[in-house]
Amino acid sequence: MARLTLKNIGKSFGKTEVLKNISLDVEDGEFLSLVGQSGCGKSTLLRIISGLEAPSRGEILIDGQVVTEQSPKQRNIAMVFQDYALYPHMSVAENMAMPLIMSQLPLHARLPLVRHVAPSARRAKPSMATQVETVAKQLRIDHLLTRKPAQLSGGQRQRVALGRALVRNPGIFLMDEPLSNLDAKLRVEVRREISELHHSSGLTFVYVTHDQTEAMTMSDRVALMQGGEVLQVAAPNTLYTNPVSVDVARFIGSPQINILPVQSRLDGLFLGDINLHLETIGKVSDLQLGLRPEALSFRGVAGLQLQPIKPGSILLPFQKRMVEDLGPEILIHGCFEADPEIEIRVRAQKNTDYGKTDQFAGTHKLQVAIDPTQLLLFNAHGLRIQPTPHMAQSLGEVVT
Amino acid sequence: MSSISLSLRSYAPRSVWSLIGTLFLFLGAWVMVFPFIWMVSSSLKPTDEVYDANFSIIPRTFKGFENYYEVLFNQPYLIYLMNSFLVCCGILIVQLITAVPAAYALAKLKFRGSSILFGTVIAALTIPINVTSIPIYVALAKTGLLDTYLAMMLPFFISVFAIFLFRQFFRGFPDSIIDAARVDGFSEMEIILRLVLPSAVPAIAAFSVFSFVAHWNDLYWPLIVVTSQDKMTATLSMMQYQSDFDTDYGRTFASATVVTAPMVIAFLFARRLFIRGITMTGVKG
Amino acid sequence: MSLGTKKRAQTRLAYMLVLPATLLILGIYILPILTVFGISFTDYSLVSNYYEFVGLENYRHMLADEAFGNAIVNTLIYASLFLPSSFIISLFLAIAIQERKQFRSILEVLYFLPVTSTLAAMALVWAALMDSNQGVINHWAGAVGLGPFNWLGSETMVLFSMALISLWSVIGFNMVLFLAGLTAIPSSLYEAAAIDGADHPVDRFFRVTWPMLGPTSMFVAVTSSITAFKLFDTVAILTQGGPNRSSEVFLYLTFLEGFEYFNMGYSAALSLVFLGIIFLFALVQALFVDRNVQY
Repeated sequence: MARLTLKNIGKSFGKTEVLKNISLDVEDGEFLSLVGQSGCGKSTLLRIISGLEAPSRGEILIDGQVVTEQSPKQRNIAMVFQDYALYPHMSVAENMAMPLIMSQLPLHARLPLVRHVAPSARRAKPSMATQVETVAKQLRIDHLLTRKPAQLSGGQRQRVALGRALVRNPGIFLMDEPLSNLDAKLRVEVRREISELHHSSGLTFVYVTHDQTEAMTMSDRVALMQGGEVLQVAAPNTLYTNPVSVDVARFIGSPQINILPVQSRLDGLFLGDINLHLETIGKVSDLQLGLRPEALSFRGVAGLQLQPIKPGSILLPFQKRMVEDLGPEILIHGCFEADPEIEIRVRAQKNTDYGKTDQFAGTHKLQVAIDPTQLLLFNAHGLRIQPTPHMAQSLGEVVT
Repeated sequence: MSSISLSLRSYAPRSVWSLIGTLFLFLGAWVMVFPFIWMVSSSLKPTDEVYDANFSIIPRTFKGFENYYEVLFNQPYLIYLMNSFLVCCGILIVQLITAVPAAYALAKLKFRGSSILFGTVIAALTIPINVTSIPIYVALAKTGLLDTYLAMMLPFFISVFAIFLFRQFFRGFPDSIIDAARVDGFSEMEIILRLVLPSAVPAIAAFSVFSFVAHWNDLYWPLIVVTSQDKMTATLSMMQYQSDFDTDYGRTFASATVVTAPMVIAFLFARRLFIRGITMTGVKG
Repeated sequence: MSLGTKKRAQTRLAYMLVLPATLLILGIYILPILTVFGISFTDYSLVSNYYEFVGLENYRHMLADEAFGNAIVNTLIYASLFLPSSFIISLFLAIAIQERKQFRSILEVLYFLPVTSTLAAMALVWAALMDSNQGVINHWAGAVGLGPFNWLGSETMVLFSMALISLWSVIGFNMVLFLAGLTAIPSSLYEAAAIDGADHPVDRFFRVTWPMLGPTSMFVAVTSSITAFKLFDTVAILTQGGPNRSSEVFLYLTFLEGFEYFNMGYSAALSLVFLGIIFLFALVQALFVDRNVQY
């Protein structure tokens, strides 16, 4: 168990700067995800934490000790690789015993041939075997111990990789996209298992992924990275409901958030030529309005769960273009009838009447209610502007 | 990012060892190259300087022009080089003409006996010329073909290695493209010539280098079938110096340089291709 | 055109495409091999048209033939000098060069240069370098108090010298094969090893490099063994088997019997032994290659 601190970490490959001044604190026992698109620097950051890569600048501390200069071996960390990196010539048991052999036996007892006769190796063997077996049982791979990696399925290999990392009882557990080589069904399963592992082991986890669902479902906190910088570090729910910038809002959430261009004028906030009757920021400027697809709701469409429209909601005319059926819910693509038109996606839950009639027959023109408390407003640079407390009170066409 | 760049700062002592290692590698490289340097250097020297105890790379008396003039214009080395070139080209062309179509058929077409043929190819891969040389020699002798260009080329007209190599290569060519071409109305011949062959250019180039180098440097077969001066290959001409050299040492090494130069120079110009071609024998099925 | 005729047309095309190759394989491989078998049971000699069937006489003669025993012993001595050194040196060179990214291509070229060169010509250069009186090597050896060695003229040294020249000519070849094998090892394995604590060069070598190089090593060992049994050019140019038959290796003896003494029957029998040895190596390889490490 360990606490991890990164101080002003920077990394350059030649002239390209992949990491810019990153500072992070990972608490003891915390599950932190590094999430972002490929090339954002998340894997490099993980490799720097592991010691496979040296930072160009900055410091790494584990439990308050500076480890920047230490090799991976000295840091007592474990790492699960994207392709698992199992040794193909070794059995599962041998793979899992590797970290034990390396930490418990002196060099001469690790040499070929010698390792079969060296007394230290023979003495250590039974205890290592027990350790490997314990972990293997925990991961339910104890029946596979004699197999070679080539004889295992993807999910089994994944567990062996986890086992090899766990067996050494590391301080920090690093994972680099460990689920990306699994099929969708297995991914959900292993996701749950990793979460359980985190809870039962109480270890500090740092988990790299490009998949926001993975990050959101498993983590205590998520660090969203872009262009070598951390945009926001927060609990999943905070990240979703309270993003600090447009980029964060765009990355988190599926289907993606609607980002609409709005203009702040002296007499209100305008979406095209529609006055939203929201309080302005007091001066003329272009802003961006973030609307989650579920922050919008329809009025009076049969077959859809009607959320009670909150007092203070704004009603806007909406033209439907296309409907995507997502199973329990639908995603409606359409636009606000503003000038110019503004495209938007709305998500709505089905109810049991869905499909009995043609939901939208004759209702090409719909009305959409926007819950103003769920509005996210960003300035021209994409940074979040906090809504003023009285925003909701200053609406024009208001539902009461 | 691909190699493991363990934090260099923590391994500072290793960089000293790494430097020493690099020095040793270059020392080894010097040993590898030294015979060439010595050869070229000696080819520019008068006889008495070649075995001078104080070896110097730069000749004290420059006799290079005379040595090379002698070798190229008073001795038949131009003919030897021409013979080598002709034989290598002849072999390569016939090898390609016979191997490419057969390899394509084995890779992409269904016909009875294809597995027997391929099995024979695999078996023949292990048979070197040294084993079949007696009957081929006898046959050439009986037909009076010894000491002809045909005799020098004949045993190599078919390269089972080429068939094997190209077959592996063609198998990798997507069937979907061939099917699409058939749907588009290409004839089978057009498919081979216009689609498959262009894609095989890298493999053909690599094989060509392999074949050319192998036959240029071959001593065994020319030694058996060639008897007259005017059919001698460059490599075979080196046999003239067996055990005792030309009394003019500078001239001897000028001729050695002339014989070695074509392949070495070609190698320096197309390094990647040569390394791939020559080590291609490492291709596994 | 119906599907059936199209199919038949395709088959006809296939036969046309393989016809030249098939005929040549018959003429250049199948027929000669069968003939070699046949000849090996006769006392056929090119100089006289008369020959008779002698059964296994040629093979029996082999067992009694001192020259045969001598050639086998010479070849084995030569191989035992040449094989381990060519394997180990090229492996270490490949590992060392692999680690030095910035010098890799120049070193690769320098070490590969002898592979492309004409061995027959370079053998002359080596003979001059190894000259017992005025050669550069003895001159340098003398400078550090060694020698002089009679590299090519002494019965005890000559196979060693042959191995040295072969080593020089083949190191680059094996090295490039090893380099290819090394490059194919996924870097994540070394990283996993580093995380597992195997960051000592010795551990990296024995835990990752060596086992992962298995198929390459096998291939290098087999091709080198075949190369060792094919030693011919340097012997033909430099020693013709001498001094006193001490460098008369197997293939050279076969050549002498066939094309110098025209004992075709005996030479054919020797060729078949040669083929048997090569088949053995190929078999070993085929057996082991199947056990490849696979993902």
